[in-house]
This record gives sequence, C-alpha cells and structure tokens, in this order.
Amino acid sequence: MLLLILLVLPLVGALVVAPLKNNAATAKLVALAFALASLVLTAVTWFSYSIAEGAPRFQLELSVPWIPAFGTSFALGVDGIALVMLALIAVLVPIVMGFSWEEKLPEGRTAAGFFSLLLATQGLLVGVFAATDVFLFYVFFEAMLVPMYFMIGRFGGPRRQYAAVKFFLYSLFGGLIMLASVIGLYVVSGAELGQATFTWVELQRMAASVDETTQIWLFIGFFVAFAIKAPLVPFHTWLPDAGAEAPVGAGVLLVGVLDKVGTFGFLRYCLPLFPLASQRLAPLVLTLAVIGILYGALLAVGQSDMKRFVSYTSIAHFGFIALGIFAFSSQAFAGATLYMVNHGISTGMLFIVVGLVIARGGSRLIADYGGVHKVAPLLAGTFLVAGLSSLALPGTNSFISEFLVLVGSYPRQPVYTILATVGIIFAALYVLWVYQRTMQGPLRGSAVLGALEPAGGPGAMIDPDVAAKKAGTGFPDLSGREIAVLTPLIVLVLVLGFFPGPVLDVITPSVMATLHEVGLPDPVGGLSQ
Amino acid sequence: MNAPLNVLVAAAETTSELPHVGPATGMASLAWLLFVLPAAGALVLFVAGRAANKWGHWLGVLTVVASFALGLAIFLETVGLPAEERTREISLFDWIAVAGLHVDFGLRLDPLSLTFVLLITGVGSLIHIYSTGYMGHDPGRRRFFAQLNLFVAAMLVLVLGNNFVMLYLGWEGVGLASYLLIGFYQDRPSAATAAKKAFLMNRVGDVGLAIAIFLLWTNLGTVQYTEVFENIGTLDAGVLIAITVLLLLGACGKSGQFPLQAWLPDAMEGPTPVSALIHAATMVTAGVYLIARTHPIYDLTTTGRLVVALVGVVTLLIGAIIGCAYDDIKKVLAYSTVSQIGYMFLAVGLGPAGYALGIFHLLTHGFFKAGLFLGAGSVMHAMNDDVDMRRYGGLARYMPITFITFGLGYLALIGFPFLSGYFSKDAIIEAAFAEPGWQGWAFGGAATLAAGLTAFYMTRLVLMTFFGEKRWEKLKSADGRDYHPHESPISMTAPMIVLALGSIGAGFLLSNGHVLIDWLAPSLGELEEHAAGGALPHEIVPWIVVGFSALGVLIALLVVGGRPTPVERPEPVSLPVRAARRDLYANAINEALIARPGVWLSRALVYVDNRGVDGVVNGTAAMLGGSSGRLRRLQTGFVRSYALSMLGGTVLVVAALLAVRFA
Repeated sequence: MLLLILLVLPLVGALVVAPLKNNAATAKLVALAFALASLVLTAVTWFSYSIAEGAPRFQLELSVPWIPAFGTSFALGVDGIALVMLALIAVLVPIVMGFSWEEKLPEGRTAAGFFSLLLATQGLLVGVFAATDVFLFYVFFEAMLVPMYFMIGRFGGPRRQYAAVKFFLYSLFGGLIMLASVIGLYVVSGAELGQATFTWVELQRMAASVDETTQIWLFIGFFVAFAIKAPLVPFHTWLPDAGAEAPVGAGVLLVGVLDKVGTFGFLRYCLPLFPLASQRLAPLVLTLAVIGILYGALLAVGQSDMKRFVSYTSIAHFGFIALGIFAFSSQAFAGATLYMVNHGISTGMLFIVVGLVIARGGSRLIADYGGVHKVAPLLAGTFLVAGLSSLALPGTNSFISEFLVLVGSYPRQPVYTILATVGIIFAALYVLWVYQRTMQGPLRGSAVLGALEPAGGPGAMIDPDVAAKKAGTGFPDLSGREIAVLTPLIVLVLVLGFFPGPVLDVITPSVMATLHEVGLPDPVGGLSQ
Repeated sequence: MNAPLNVLVAAAETTSELPHVGPATGMASLAWLLFVLPAAGALVLFVAGRAANKWGHWLGVLTVVASFALGLAIFLETVGLPAEERTREISLFDWIAVAGLHVDFGLRLDPLSLTFVLLITGVGSLIHIYSTGYMGHDPGRRRFFAQLNLFVAAMLVLVLGNNFVMLYLGWEGVGLASYLLIGFYQDRPSAATAAKKAFLMNRVGDVGLAIAIFLLWTNLGTVQYTEVFENIGTLDAGVLIAITVLLLLGACGKSGQFPLQAWLPDAMEGPTPVSALIHAATMVTAGVYLIARTHPIYDLTTTGRLVVALVGVVTLLIGAIIGCAYDDIKKVLAYSTVSQIGYMFLAVGLGPAGYALGIFHLLTHGFFKAGLFLGAGSVMHAMNDDVDMRRYGGLARYMPITFITFGLGYLALIGFPFLSGYFSKDAIIEAAFAEPGWQGWAFGGAATLAAGLTAFYMTRLVLMTFFGEKRWEKLKSADGRDYHPHESPISMTAPMIVLALGSIGAGFLLSNGHVLIDWLAPSLGELEEHAAGGALPHEIVPWIVVGFSALGVLIALLVVGGRPTPVERPEPVSLPVRAARRDLYANAINEALIARPGVWLSRALVYVDNRGVDGVVNGTAAMLGGSSGRLRRLQTGFVRSYALSMLGGTVLVVAALLAVRFA
C-alpha cells in the first residue's frame, strides 16, 4: 500500500498543481509540499524495508489483477535495488524544485506547468522502479517519456523542439523493440509454464529452462531499449542534445534518474530473465561499456558547451555502470547500483551548478567564462565539489561505487577493467580542465565581463550578443536559496563517501540474489567469508 | 672516518618475520583523533567562511599542534612496549562491505606509521607556525590554512590506514590538497595549469596503485595489510612482479620519480610553505612509504626491487643534472628534492637492508629540505617574492638568521661530514656499492656522481643568493618596487631554527647505536649483518663520496664564485646546459607523445560524434520531422502512428520468435 501511495501521491500533486496557472507562488508551494510529503513517505518506506537475513526478495508487495485474460496484474514491490532508486528520486525532486524556483521560463509557459510535469515524472518513475509485472513496467517505461518530452520541448533552450523530438524518437524506437520482446516473453512463458504470464517472479523461475537462442532474441529487445535509455555508445547521441536543451531541472531528473531506468533494466530484466543470453553477450556489452567510458570522456574533454559537457561525462559514467552489471560479481553489482544513486547526486549537482553559472552569464559556452572564483567563490567551490565527486575522488560518494565496480569487475574481466581504470585519468582531465577554464585565472570571458560591466566595456571579445544582453546585471555569488538547494547534495556527497554502509546494506542482499539468478558464483569469495 | 652505520648488505632473501598485530589500547585508542583534529579544523575553516578570517589560521595551527602532541604521546607509549607488541590496529567501522569484500576504516599503529605521524605533524606544526607569518598579509589566508589542514589530515590517513583502500583514500586526498595548494594563487594561469598537471600525473600513478589493489583482491580476497602480507607468499612470481611494478607506478606519480617527475618542479607555483611541507618533506615521500610499507611483497621479488632501484638511480641523476641549470631558487630545490627522493627509492630498491635506510634519509631530508625551502621563502619574502637568483646576491649580511639556518641545511644536504645528510646519504651509497655484480658499480657510481652534482648546484645556489655582488641594488621587481632585503619575523625564523637544529643533529641521533633501525625493525624487519661482497669495501666509500662532494663545491666556487653573475641568463649555451634548462625535454616529450595527440583525438572524436554517429540519426530525425515545422504534424498524428508502429513491430517480432522456436 505504501508503494501505491508513493506512486499516486505525486500524480495527484501534478493534477492539483497543473490548473494553478495564474498563481505561480501557490503552485510552487503546493508542488513542493507534495514533493516533501513524498520524501517523508519514502523515508517510511526505507525503514519498513527489511534487510534481515532471509527477508524476501520483494517487499511491500501489492498485486491486483489488471487484465486477467491477458495475464497481467497491477503488481508493485521493491527490492534493495529499486528502493535506493526510489530514495534518489525522492531526494532529487525537492532539490530540483528549489533550483527551479526562480527559473526564467520561455514565454507563455507557467511555473505551474513545469512543477506539475516534475511531479508527474516523479510518480511515473516510482512506477517504473516499483513494478513487478513486466507489462506494467513497460507501460510506465513508455509513459514516463511523456512528461519529460513536454519538459524538454516546452521549457527548454533554443533548440528544444529538435532535442525533444530526437529524445522521443530514440526512446520510442527502443520501447517498440522492447514491447516485441515483452510479448515474446509472454508467448514463451505460455509454452514453458503452461499459463502465459507477465509476472516477473514467474518469468524468472522459468528463465533457466528457456533455450539460449530464444533468450538471445528476447534479450536483444530489452537490451536495445535499455541501451538507448542508459545510454551506451553508439545509442547515445540523443543525450547531449536533450541534456543541453532541457531546462536544468528536467536535465537533473533525466540524467540523474530517468536514464538509470536503462541500467536498472539491465539488472532487473536482462540478467535474471535471460541469464544465458546475458553471459553469452556480456563481451559485447562490456566492449560497448568500455568504449563508452573512454569515448565519452574524450568527447567531454572536447566540448565547448557546458551542458553538453555534463551529458558526455554521464556517458562515461554509464559505461562504468554497465561494466559493473556485466562483470557478474556481488561487488560489481553493488557498485553499479550504488553508482546509479551516486551519479544522480553528483551529476545532478554538477548540472545544477552549471545551471547557476549559465543563469548568471547567459551563455552555455565554456569560453564565455573565466575567473569566476574572483566574483563568486562559493559558486566556484561548489563547482569543484561537484567535479571532484564526478571524478570519483576518495572521500566522495562516487569513489565507493567506482571502486566497487572496478574491484568487482577485475577478477572476471581484467582487460576491460584495466581499460576502464585508465578512464579515471580522463575524468580528472575533463573536470579540472573545465574548472580551470571557467573558474580559475583572471576574470575574463564575455559572459562574466558582460555581466559585470556596462555594455561595451573592455574585454567583451567573445560573443557581443551575450555581453549586450547581460550588461551590468552582476555576477552574484550563491544566494540563500541556492545554498539551501546545494547543501543537501554536498552533505550527501561527503556522508556517502565515508559511510556508505546503510545504503550498501540495502543493496547487497538484492544483488547477491541477482547473481544467484544469473547462475554464477562470486569469482572471489574473500577471506572474510 | 668510520662508516657511519656499518651498513652491510642483507641477503636477497628476507629475514623479516611478520609482526604480531594486537589491538590498540590506552592512548593509541585515540589515534583516530590524529587525523580527525586537522580534518575538523579544515571543515570549520571552509564552512565558517569569512567569519573565521580573523582567527582561522590559529585554529589551523592549534589542531595540527594538538595532533602532534597526541602523536608524541602515542609514540612514547609505544616505545614503552616490548618490540613485539608495538604493532597495533584499531578498526573504527566497516567502510565498504559487500559479500566477501571487507574494507575496514581502520588504523595501523606501528613504528613505521608512528615515525611518519611525528614527521608529518612535527614538520606540519612548524610550517603552520611559519605560515602565520609568511601568509600574514594574504587575503586568502583562511583558505590557505584550511587546505593545509586538509593536507595534514589526508597525509595522516595515508600513513595510518591499515589497508590498501585507506591508503588510496589518503593517497588521492593528499593529491587533492596538493592540487588546491599548488593552484592557491588562482589568478595566475600558470598556477592553475601546474595544479592540474600535478593532479593528472598523480592520477596516472594512481591507476597503477588501483590495479595493484584489484590484483591483490583477485588473488588473495582481501585488501587488509595483515591478511595480504600473511598470504602474499602463495602468489606466482609473475603476479608478484606485476603488483610491485604497479605499486611502483603509483609511488613514482606521488614522489615525482621518473617517468612521472615533470609535475614536481611546476608545483613550485604554490606558496613556499607548501613547497616545504608537501613538495619536500612529506607528500612526495609517500612513494617511499608505500614501498617500505609493502616490503613483504617486495621482499619476494628481486626483479621488482631491481626496477625500483633503477627508477631511483635514473631519477637521482636527472634531478641532480637539471638542478645545476635552473636560476629559479625554488626550482633548484625542487629538482634537488626529485634527486634526493631518487636516493630513497634506490635505498628501498636495494631490499631488506635498504628499507630502513630509505626511511632514514627520508627523515633527515624532511628536516633539511623543509628548512631550505623555508629559508628560500624567507629570501623571497625579503626580495618582493622574486625567485630568480640572478637578481639576488650578497644577502647574507641582510638576513643573518636565514643565512645561517639555510647554510646548515645546505651543508646537511651536500653531506658535510657529521651533519644529517652525511649519515643518511652515505649509508645509501655504501649499500649501493655493496650490491653484487654490475649493480654495485652502476648504482654506487651514479649515486656518488650525483652527490658531486648536488654539492655543485647547492653551492652555486648559496653563492648566487648570499654572496657576491648585490645585483638587486640596481634593479626593480616586476611590480616596480625597489628591493629592501630584511630579516623575516620571528614566526618565520623560529621554525627555520628548529629545522636547522634537526639538520645538524638528526642524522647522528638517529643512526647512533642503530636507534632508528632498531625502532623500525618490527615494521621493516631485522637487519642481519653479512660480510660485504660488493663492488667496493665499505670502509672507503665515505671517502670517495666526500671527495666527490668536495670536488663539486670546488668547481662551483671556481665557476660561479670566481666571476660575476650576469643578471640576464646567458644565451646561447652549450647543448647539455640547454637540455638541462628544458628539464631534459621531459615536458616536450609529454607534450609531443601525450598532450597534443590527445587533443587531436578529442577534436576528431567530437567531429565524428557530431557528423558521423549523429549524422545517421539526424538524417532519420529530419526525415521524420526534426525541424520544428514538421513537429506539429508529428504531434497531431502521434498517437495513431505510435499505436500502429507498436502493432507492426510486435507482429514482426512475434512472428520471428515463433519461426525460431518452431523451426
């Protein structure tokens, strides 16, 4: 029942907020109230979830028949992997709202619309992670595109419509292929179990007995959809556009949570339902993952647009997650799962900080900035914290997940792991280089100088349009609201860096169950067992 | 002259036994405060913001001094224990635990780590005090102390951790602190670039360290020191060599050793106290610590040790040669550091006998090099922050305390008999000569030659700075001010005096009666004395080394002291000098082989990604309605076409499936 409320509450909120078009202040407050209520409810869910030994794989279950003739039911339930994703959503949405509080919207758009879409996305995402019926999952998987599509297409940057359509077409294409596999799976289950079903647990039970060829075909359907969502190279090109054009708030949810549906799908659907195919095709996926790590990083180095830069760093990070998932060990699985959470926190923070910079300077180009630390030292400092988390510095949250992925992957896949480890050098390069160009050095760049000086001042050499638009608006340091938005993220970065225990304890039993479902033992037992 | 240490070669086989590890009780159970104190100081200084500008630096000093006091208390308590009970561990909490993997957030207190604790907090305290004077007028003073505190905390984690992941935490933690402090003067593009370069080259080394950890986990199922060392003997020779070489890569990155040495001279962009603490006395010696700490692994492979020794020898020569060519006082000292750490690597590479010698030289070097850097800072303070020695001259009279303390550091560094460096460096060279076969001649010879070069470049430095014509009288600094050299305030000279005393006495005190070696024995193994069978009998080695050093001093006196120093750098110069001025082309090689191709590759990929990969997709998108004009049409017919294509796709795949299954 908890999960149902958690799912419905934000959707109700979306409906309540949407009509408040003429009263932005009320709309925002109501939306935030719903988001905070969801956060509290998620905390209750977190503590209701049992991590005791022998606790069931899925908990807080709810199942009502939906279309009985069709073998599908409205079934919800969470394991540790889904639970941490629910927690991530619940934390990010209020932060995104806080960030978007004073966001300048395109003409004709209202805050009520945007906040309503945020809540709708939240509700549908809860559905995606909590569904334990494959068909229900598919429905949420497709439905969550809709509010995101509108957020990008209506509230985004100058090329928002192009980006929104590209995002939609890619996702749609993946969704269709997955639908075919979902139905295929249903057909196969009819033959294997005597009674066709969409129930995940039933489907998993029959997984071992399905022959490898069938598994491979069905796997591919799910895989393509998830690889587009995740995204893995070469299915990635929609992300930089969507990430660059999406309003920052939507971008945080898109890259932070929505894309994780892809990697979550690998873990929840590809591996347990098609164990033989997963093992057979692992080298292929691992190759894509490692290419993604290096390719994404090199492209991040070469970007000139800050938001595209963040998107490309994410492509590199998704490579690490995929590596962990297809390396088949408890540590790598746990690392990949934790990585999904941590990436949401650190990239979400990076997106937000970049958004704050852009809001001040009016330009997305890296070259339009320089020496920001002189006028906005707190902003520069938080940029660095977000960057250090992105490059997985020990002491930050991301280190734990990256270390677990790599240490867990090495025993089975030394070559891929070594290549991925080389990626950490590039990570340092792309983070610190952007930091150096935008934040360090003397004050420079038309966006900074333009904001500080009246039009036509000296040094505005890069983009006269930007300089003219921002003339004399100032380049203020973080405001109280912005500090309030960023503080929880900084706290999470550090606390999860030193005390990941509570989260890992939730994740570990579920990933060990997943490894068991794949049918493989841990490659390294460990001395302490 | 007696051989100072009676260093004799240990056999290739290790004679050390693993120490018994007990729980920490008494003062030692408070060991977590050692790094929590400075870390808390850093946190307060960062968070409190401008509110802490007035008193922030004193909080920084206080926390580090308190940490030193606690370290001293734990040290004295440990000295009171019998040798076999001196290795103790505390587990604070489970840091990372998944299935069979357990990474303890735990500390190992043993003679090796406690030695480092005293070095880090002791020299750290002095340099904090010095910085209250040196950074007194800097608007970023609070930030400086916050970052310096962060460094002390991270360095303590590095040496106190009881497993490889804790080590890695400290390892990259000091990398961060070093990055922040090198780039402290953020306005200067050169500082920002140097900081980034340091972090990147360190990360190259970190990759090696990380992969070594993965190998240990894969083969042994643990990353805890105790368990790794107990089981390391079960591994194949090949894996052992791989692990040692990978650990060495990490060590080279952190310690500025060949081929990752190029970042350290650039790191001199940081404020001078930073150069003294981080880039001379402590952080850059972490590589030596790593090899000494993991000696049970190195004990098992002569090949692994040989690679370490070779790296050390190559680096000590590179550093000494380049040190002769620079006019920037801090860069000369930086290359001197590179070279001296090369000696330490050589020592630990020589094996069981050398581990303690490496640590010995590390400690004496910590004193005299930190002192030299603080002296250089004092000179810069007096000379409008100018670092070009060609603009100095005749400063001895204007800053007598600086001159005397610097002079003592200088004598210690060049190995003047019975000062610190004499004992520690000679011991290493003796041990090198004692190696059998070609290695004895090659290692010993190179180390002796470098000792001569060291004497040359340091004498040159002292002559150009403190003696000769007052070249600054006719010059103005870059900001147009006249030079008014003066002695520094007491907050700066007091630490210099303390370090100078260390430069005089540390070598004798630590070597007399094998004090240090016996103290370290539980960590590094007992020294077994063997009859030397190496290249040269150890009785005559000190004479040769002192002879070479004297020659270096003499040449410097003749070449530099015998004629006036031109204010402008002479050009053109001979080929070797030109090469040395260009860091023996290390940067050029990095640039040509890595940086430039990397930028090209990145640009090419951006192009490909935008045109190639994306082009296919964009074509499709354009066809289907990528432009905004067609968007509307797409939206209106949306649901219908969606449903239709869903149906179409489904039918297709189900048909395919049935065909496969029932074929």
